[in-house]
Amino acid sequence: MKDLLSDAWFTAREFLQTFGASQLFLLRLLMLTPRALLRPGLIVQQVYATGAMSLVIIMVSGLFVGMVLGLQGVDTLSRFGSEEAVGTFAGLSLIKELGPVVTALLFAGRAGTALASEIGLMRATDQLSGMEMMAVDPIKRIVVPRFIGGVISMPLLASVFTAVGLFGAYCVAVIVMGVDKGEFWSQMQPNVDLVRDVLNGTLKSFVFGVAASMLAVFEGYNAIPTAEGVGRATTRTVVITSIVVLVLDFMITAFTL
Amino acid sequence: MQQTRAVEIGTGLFVFLGFAALLFLSTQTTNLEAYIGKNAYTVTAHFNNVGGLKPRSPVSMSGVTIGRIEKIEFDPEQLNAMVTMNINSKYNQIPEDSDASILTAGLLGGQYIGLVPGGSDRYLENGDEIQLTQSAVVLENLISKYLFSQGSQGSDDSDESEEPRESNASREPEELQEPDEMQESREAQEPQGSEEPK
Repeated sequence: MKDLLSDAWFTAREFLQTFGASQLFLLRLLMLTPRALLRPGLIVQQVYATGAMSLVIIMVSGLFVGMVLGLQGVDTLSRFGSEEAVGTFAGLSLIKELGPVVTALLFAGRAGTALASEIGLMRATDQLSGMEMMAVDPIKRIVVPRFIGGVISMPLLASVFTAVGLFGAYCVAVIVMGVDKGEFWSQMQPNVDLVRDVLNGTLKSFVFGVAASMLAVFEGYNAIPTAEGVGRATTRTVVITSIVVLVLDFMITAFTL
Repeated sequence: MQQTRAVEIGTGLFVFLGFAALLFLSTQTTNLEAYIGKNAYTVTAHFNNVGGLKPRSPVSMSGVTIGRIEKIEFDPEQLNAMVTMNINSKYNQIPEDSDASILTAGLLGGQYIGLVPGGSDRYLENGDEIQLTQSAVVLENLISKYLFSQGSQGSDDSDESEEPRESNASREPEELQEPDEMQESREAQEPQGSEEPK
């Protein structure tokens, strides 16, 4: 019994400590961001690695998510005799929820793991200590550009996901299921608001981008410098990012609705 | 060198694609003209009941959207709803005695304001009020009216005893609400819009 209690206490303390450390780390990243922007070459490289290289998975996933939305939307709405509303249905759910959230989850799997294992391996092979020896701050040189690259990539990836998803929904609903082409768009346009829906979705994806990139570089930077430690850091990146993204999603939605 | 060039091209392409997608989302899926079209004039109208009307619902004339609803608020002096609408200044020749009514698009569609032109040769201007209005049709009221008329004509005992009770129950919230509002207003002003049937 006593063991259990002390175990729980230890876990809780460890959790709090990790949480606080990650917040301090984020603060440090944000403070170093303006100076890192003076070296755009490094950031461009990271935008390429995290963003451009994730395009294929994002676009294929978006296409299929949109197509499923088209099928399910037409199937469900036809029970109420209003198949035309599938445009509104797909548009709102993609722009407000699925676009940012699914993109963030895929981003954690595709780019977050790459960041974490890359930095973790640098830690394990003493490259980060080597940099410190040469009086190069590894956070400034390695971590911050990766963080900024992720933050820039996420909203763009989410927009691509949403646009491709809408295209998929359009293809299925209009071409396969026979919903009227004009109705699809004309039902969507009056119901989707630029500020409340599109801007809100973009804001969400930006927040998720900050969270996912920060967690990935944090886990990588603090990885235990062994092969096993790097593996653990990679796993934790995906797990923690997924949970944090879903919790943040609920909180943002609750506050902005 | 070759490597960096590929990276730069790839990044440029990606960023371009991202912004193109964002542009597509903000222009093609939303009604952008509601934000850009600032060349509009505002007109108000009072309704006893706005039903499901919402801000940014369309204002249409002969089925053509000529404006949007800016805001809906409760007017504490007249004790009814005041609707402020923006009408595109392209349509500046709407007779002053036009009639505004709240209509529903389809059975489940959203509600909108339909304007029916009057015969006056004076036109609506910025800040004017539309005098002739017709409230939203509340489905529950229609049903209860229908049930009442059925009940009074009814032949079966069981029908008579059941249906009026049901319809009374559905009307209760309104009847509770009405006296409250009237009490507040009694000293301020005689309420104009209490056409509540008995």
